[in-house]
Amino acid sequence: MTTITAQQSHVVADAVTMLRRNVLHIVRYPGLSMFTILGPVVILLLTVFVFGGTLGAGLPGVDPAGGRDAYLAYVMPGILLITIVGTASGVSITVAMDMTEGITARFRTMAISRGSVLAGHVLGNTIQAVIAVALVLGVGMAIGFRPSAGPLEWLETAGLVTLIAFSVSWIGVAMGIQSKTVETASNLPLLLTILPLLGSGFVPTASMPAWLQWFAQYQPFTPFIETIRGLLLGTQLGLNPVLAFGWCLVLTIGGFAWSMAIYERKSVR
Amino acid sequence: MTTPAIDVHGLRKSYKDKVVLDGVDLSVAAGTVTALLGPNGAGKTTTIHILSTLVRQDGGTASVNGFDVVRDAAGVRASIGLTGQFSAVDGLLTGEENLLLMARLRHLGAKRSKTRTAELLEQFDLVDAARKPISTYSGGMKRRLDLAMTLVATPRVIFLDEPTTGLDPRSRHTMWDIVRGLVADGTTVLLTTQYLDEADELASRIAVLDDGRIVAEGTPDELKRRVPGGHIRLRFGDAAALEAAARLLTNSTPDAAELTLSVPSDGGVGVLRTVLDRLDAAHLEVDDLSIHTPDLDDVFFALTGKKGNE
Repeated sequence: MTTITAQQSHVVADAVTMLRRNVLHIVRYPGLSMFTILGPVVILLLTVFVFGGTLGAGLPGVDPAGGRDAYLAYVMPGILLITIVGTASGVSITVAMDMTEGITARFRTMAISRGSVLAGHVLGNTIQAVIAVALVLGVGMAIGFRPSAGPLEWLETAGLVTLIAFSVSWIGVAMGIQSKTVETASNLPLLLTILPLLGSGFVPTASMPAWLQWFAQYQPFTPFIETIRGLLLGTQLGLNPVLAFGWCLVLTIGGFAWSMAIYERKSVR
Repeated sequence: MTTPAIDVHGLRKSYKDKVVLDGVDLSVAAGTVTALLGPNGAGKTTTIHILSTLVRQDGGTASVNGFDVVRDAAGVRASIGLTGQFSAVDGLLTGEENLLLMARLRHLGAKRSKTRTAELLEQFDLVDAARKPISTYSGGMKRRLDLAMTLVATPRVIFLDEPTTGLDPRSRHTMWDIVRGLVADGTTVLLTTQYLDEADELASRIAVLDDGRIVAEGTPDELKRRVPGGHIRLRFGDAAALEAAARLLTNSTPDAAELTLSVPSDGGVGVLRTVLDRLDAAHLEVDDLSIHTPDLDDVFFALTGKKGNE
């Protein structure tokens, strides 16, 4: 029994070691991280400068002449969510690489709890996602995004972004374990990337057909986006913060349970 | 040491309806090298995976260093090191960082981690490559690093799953020397191989695994003795001498075209001396003499009806 308690007491230390390893990967290969920022920035520039004039003019209560600026403000929270989801596909790929390269099997023969290995991935990716969101937000502000948030709202936004990144990372990790190949691992999270588009990220859900509206209203990304929008731009928050928090909990527990359930089975190739 | 380091009884494992292990019994004494010899698909890797707690068996029991692999997996994990067929290194880090990672996960402490890493880099001839990324390493270097990572915490029992598959002859010999060094230090090694010479070179005992069953077990010499085919070959100057010798030595088989005579032998010196004494007494001149002992290839073929290396 002593060995088991010894193992449990090392869970945190091991998670920190695994986190260090993942941070080292990020530092050593900044290219991978840059790629996760490049995608959202391209989408941002594309939607604002190509579609923004027309889309902005269609927003309720917007003067058609100021369409582009209005759209930049509208789309920014959705772009930030796309950034978070993009890093989830990054963690999915790293996890799948570990699984196929046999190092996960090595960890498993070493009395390291699976929770530590997975938490190392999740925490590393959460850090990466928060940095990516900050950089994309920086680009947004450089092209004219002017949030009305005060210090408290900024703090709340940072907290929520971290929480969302953490919960979405668990889903990314689970997808990485589930995937047989690295290719699958990079494709599976694309399903997540569509969600901000099928919510209130790019256009108000009221403009969608009824059946899609129903889905858009009840999926996790709409409350995520609406809460960030409310915090940064002072729009109506309503029940959204509660829903966003609840969804973070659901995604975290779901991703954690999914990962733990398949980790042992999938780590032997 | 009466308890074996590895003790396996009636181990069974199937994947869907394919039976991989069909009642394997195996016992490895502490501080010895045992080779699990068998063709691809014989169940070697599955055995190693069960012993290293990666896979759970369907039936039978297995213990390593006194710990049951199912009931006391944590104890097993604290006692073992595994170097698998596919190198389990972090390809994005350097060799030194890989070793430090292992040292931290083994909780050696910062200072001990550093000294142990330096020791291993030296021992495995990786000092020059220590700070280079793994992508620049050759196959042999990767395998050495992989094994060094396994040895960070000086495990009591080491599993080597086909440690030299895909290596060039020089790297293979380096690997063999490393394994011999481990055993000299008292480590128990269970290695799998499909190379007969490797088992012969390294192992004090060989278990031949075929279709999920151990079909033979013993020292390399014991296994060789179980197989007929050992003989002394004598070559004579002319047909007359050959005929005379064939009459003298009963049970021998002459080959008139080659002018050779084949005398059955157990490979021992006694038989050889008797043969030479009798030829001498009859004043028969032998041009050439060679001794043929069955090699493990013969053993493998005789036991499994298959050629090795297939």
